[in-house]
Amino acid sequence: MTVKLILRDKEFEVKPGMTLLSSLQKVNVLPESVIATREGEMILEDEILKDGDVVKLIAVISGG
Amino acid sequence: MRQHKLALCKEHYLEWVPEQTERFIRKYGMFGHDDKILVAVSGGKDSLSLWDILVRLGYQADGLYIGLGIDAGIGYSSESHRLAEKFANDHNLKLQVVDIEKEYGQPIPVLAQISHRGHGKPCAVCGLTKRHVMNRIARDLGYDVLATGHNLDDEAAVLFGNTLSWSVEYLLRQGPVLPSADGLARKAKPLCRLYEREMTAYAILRGIEYIYEECPFAEGSTSIYYKEVLNRLENDRPGAKLTFYLRFLEARQTGLFAESKEPADYLHPCSNCGQATSAPGLCSFCRLIEKVADQAPLVSNL
Ligand SMILES: [Zn+2]
Repeated sequence: MTVKLILRDKEFEVKPGMTLLSSLQKVNVLPESVIATREGEMILEDEILKDGDVVKLIAVISGG
Repeated sequence: MRQHKLALCKEHYLEWVPEQTERFIRKYGMFGHDDKILVAVSGGKDSLSLWDILVRLGYQADGLYIGLGIDAGIGYSSESHRLAEKFANDHNLKLQVVDIEKEYGQPIPVLAQISHRGHGKPCAVCGLTKRHVMNRIARDLGYDVLATGHNLDDEAAVLFGNTLSWSVEYLLRQGPVLPSADGLARKAKPLCRLYEREMTAYAILRGIEYIYEECPFAEGSTSIYYKEVLNRLENDRPGAKLTFYLRFLEARQTGLFAESKEPADYLHPCSNCGQATSAPGLCSFCRLIEKVADQAPLVSNL
């Protein structure tokens, strides 16, 4: 099992036991450009991600 | 660094954002409780959150939705319209609606084609049209001020672009509030000191249903590119975006950019719509619409 990170139509997998911040760095997503949610709840950068977690990343940048 | 505000519990975070907004509305003298405010609502997170915040703060705020007629296979405009209407209905608020195709004969993508402006992208024509319509509705329906949902990242990205090209004429006019001028409504940006990430968190925690899909034409735009560059900077140097914006406001206030005294810079009222424009005669919007009328038979034959 792993941790799954989903951003729009992209899916990333990382090892469990890392913080959200390290996981985002691992898959090259800028923490500043997303809000992370797990089971509908917002989670913060120091959250440790566990085996089987599915983290939905909501892109914050909009154009205009 | 302010991102720690996201660590507030939900209830406190949802109080903190309106408190901050109120502070900046007062600090920059944007408007008061007696003013009639028109909020430009796109269906996106910032404008719907702004409307929500202003109403929570007790301001008299109606919405204005401008139907651009952008479909691009995802029903972009119809979905954003639905979300704006839903927000208005759920909160018992008044939403003014202007449909560009109904009023001017063609939706934005066609207006842009006819105008030959913007190198195949309709964004320039879209911006021009939205500005015109916002000013017209504010004036015709007697609103005192037009409020838009521009957040700190929007403002920093615009500032970054204008600084790279040293567009002094734009730098002179960029700010939290722009006073009214001939035929142009006062404009205010109450969210200009809140990070885009903070606004996204507000919309999510507040349960606001907003359009998550990007405008199909915004993909690959310069403004998104500048935002990404600034986010990289922010990531390495927390606070960089806010400092960039605030130091600019301070520098301008202390006279970094001198107001030009060239007579050519004075604004004239457009001979058709009355909105201020830099050249005598028709404003760029009225020239666009004139061109559209000239080419109407061609378009209907497409
Ligand atoms: Zn005009």
